[in-house]
Amino acid sequence: MSEAGIKPVIAIEKLNLIFETADAPVHALADVDLNINSGDFVSFIGPSGCGKTTLMRVIADLEKPTDGSISVNGMSPEEARLKRAYGYVFQAPALYPWRTVEKNIMLPLEIMNLSKDQQRARASKNLSLVNLEGFEKKFPWQLSGGMQQRVSIARALAVEPDLLLMDEPFGALDEITRDHLNEQLLKLWDQTKKTVIFVTHSIPEAVFLSSKIVVMSPRPGKIIDVIDSDLPRDRTLDIRESPEFLEISHRVREGLRSGHSYDD
Amino acid sequence: MTETTVHIGGSLWHRLYNWKVFPVSVIVLAIIVIWYAGAVYMNSSRLIDNYERSKTDWTWEQLVEDSWSMERPILPAPDQIVVELNKTVFQKKITSKRSLVYHAWVTLSSTLLGFVFGTVLGVVLAVGIVHVQTLDRSLMPWIIASQTIPILAIAPMIIVVLGHLGLTGLVPKSIISMYLCFFPITIGMVKGLRSPGVLQLDLMKTYSATASETFWKLRIPASIPFLFASLKVAIAISLVGAIVAELPTGAVQGLGARLLAGSYYGQTIQIWSALVVASLLGMMLVWIVSLSETVVLRKMGVQPS
Repeated sequence: MSEAGIKPVIAIEKLNLIFETADAPVHALADVDLNINSGDFVSFIGPSGCGKTTLMRVIADLEKPTDGSISVNGMSPEEARLKRAYGYVFQAPALYPWRTVEKNIMLPLEIMNLSKDQQRARASKNLSLVNLEGFEKKFPWQLSGGMQQRVSIARALAVEPDLLLMDEPFGALDEITRDHLNEQLLKLWDQTKKTVIFVTHSIPEAVFLSSKIVVMSPRPGKIIDVIDSDLPRDRTLDIRESPEFLEISHRVREGLRSGHSYDD
Repeated sequence: MTETTVHIGGSLWHRLYNWKVFPVSVIVLAIIVIWYAGAVYMNSSRLIDNYERSKTDWTWEQLVEDSWSMERPILPAPDQIVVELNKTVFQKKITSKRSLVYHAWVTLSSTLLGFVFGTVLGVVLAVGIVHVQTLDRSLMPWIIASQTIPILAIAPMIIVVLGHLGLTGLVPKSIISMYLCFFPITIGMVKGLRSPGVLQLDLMKTYSATASETFWKLRIPASIPFLFASLKVAIAISLVGAIVAELPTGAVQGLGARLLAGSYYGQTIQIWSALVVASLLGMMLVWIVSLSETVVLRKMGVQPS
């Protein structure tokens, strides 16, 4: 799938992950092969329990694979994590309530031992990237859910990683806010040229955002289709009415249907 | 604009007046009435005995009056306690051995020292328990067992042992306070240090933060509300500990010593005034902790309720 000469940012081969639980081992990921290139916007889509979040947590070194190989930026995930190669946006904003918006964004920068001036400069730069300038001194509870999630995106960006991992970041938000944030996210991706991995279970969201869509199915979690999208890089919400968009959506839906068992 | 403000202010005062001041004063009044009645009930049998022994005629009126003005009543009347408090708190120089301010200060100093010891011990134990699994398993049963021993049973032994080691006066008393008050701090801090959720901890891991960075930037700030809840309990029982510690040692200073001396000589009025001062002291200490809680939590951006 990867073009010749381009070294993939993430290379996964024959990856398996089995969780040992009290009653029976759970095969969370089965023989996963995947390459992700620099600058890709990749969505993992599938029903719950298909291992999409688990696969991303393996990339982030929050879970260890049972066997198979995986490299992130040519390193092991652990080395990549220790070098802070990625920014991670969780399902919930996970802001620290005792820190102001600015201080929340400065948290990773404090750990990276940047100077106070650098910390502040990066905080204000990334806050304006997510359109939240002027909210520096607010505490998280003073912000709406969508604004909090934008702060958490700014916090992930402040580390200045080449790789952004986003685990259903807009799952808890209403559709209007979600559409708006999706547009903003696309602009951000276009501006920063980062590689983004995005977990979702919404077909329109995946198709709208991605340059590559990875369709997954559960029990055991595996990849059943990888779709390269040829939609233009700068797109607006209107594109969702276009035949190309609908065609890709159709293929995703077909993939999800074939992988889904209705016996339960 | 001004009008509405005045109106809101007025209705606020109205509500306060209706729902707070009135019921509170009714209850206080009721307690005082019951207290006076109780004083008559408790003290009258001894008075009647006395009247009959000295073969004096007595009226009900006289009985009531006398039961409120005995020198060593079983239950003194509130005004007798107020008079005694006035005498021992305001009329004596605070350096005098008869001044309750002086005795309260003695107890307060060992309360505060014990509170500091207890807080330090409680926090250190909690940090150990949260970070070292063997400590969690081995220490917790002992900590709980320590609290099942009545403090009155163990206090004399602590005093004797420490006395042999050359420690007398303030320190042994505050060690007993510490023995009581470290417990809620440990329990609260263990819960507080463990309160960060999976996401908050995972976040630290994605920053490849060290254990000490996670501790200072996540666990400690997350535990502060739990710490204050514990501190409020701890300061109150630290005071109890300090008073109890004065009882078995035959101390001559402190509120506990006043209680003891009062009970030796049947000076019930003295006992009651010491009790009143002790409870006022306790209320003041808890209030100070609550006040600092409000200030600290506001600084930490906690949403005002």
